[in-house]
Amino acid sequence: MDSVFLYSGLYLAFLMIFPLYRALRGPTVVDRMLGVNAIGSKTVVLLILIGLIFNRVDMFVDIALAYAMLNFIAVLAASRYFHKRKGLYDELQ
Amino acid sequence: MDIIVCLFLFAGLFFFTGGSVGILRFPDFYSRLHPAGKLATLGSFSAIAALALFNLHQFSLAALLTSVKILLLVVFVFLTSPTATHAIVDAGVRAGLTPWTKGEKRR
Repeated sequence: MDSVFLYSGLYLAFLMIFPLYRALRGPTVVDRMLGVNAIGSKTVVLLILIGLIFNRVDMFVDIALAYAMLNFIAVLAASRYFHKRKGLYDELQ
Repeated sequence: MDIIVCLFLFAGLFFFTGGSVGILRFPDFYSRLHPAGKLATLGSFSAIAALALFNLHQFSLAALLTSVKILLLVVFVFLTSPTATHAIVDAGVRAGLTPWTKGEKRR
């Protein structure tokens, strides 16, 4: 069973490249936030997978919970920040 | 028991794949939000449910507590992921990003 977790963890890490590409290339700032949010939600699952591989699940569940909270707050703060600033538009034109 | 865990895990990975490819392929920011918001939530639900289920193998009270904590994490992800997506859309709309129409070039 451990190899299943290892390979699914590696596959999940490989899956993170697409939102990373979207975060790098995304025309607007909100695209970048979208990519960061997608990577964050994948990291939460990856953390629990790593916890299972290392047989220390209760430690890694707490880390995953904290990471999910931080991801959520970061996205909220970033989207709140871009309400005011009009910087969003420079990339479009 | 293992088969159910593998089934859920592969379903979760399948939804994650759909989400990631959807983020790349869709033409506009708003349409890109559909796969990102929905599939990431569902993918993390089934993957984490699989891991919680796997955790109950050697049934002890500590394992039960950890599984309940993992399921709590699933509930948390269910609450926060749509809210975060809504916050992003709000930022986009408020900044005046117009949705993509059929004839337009990919944005």
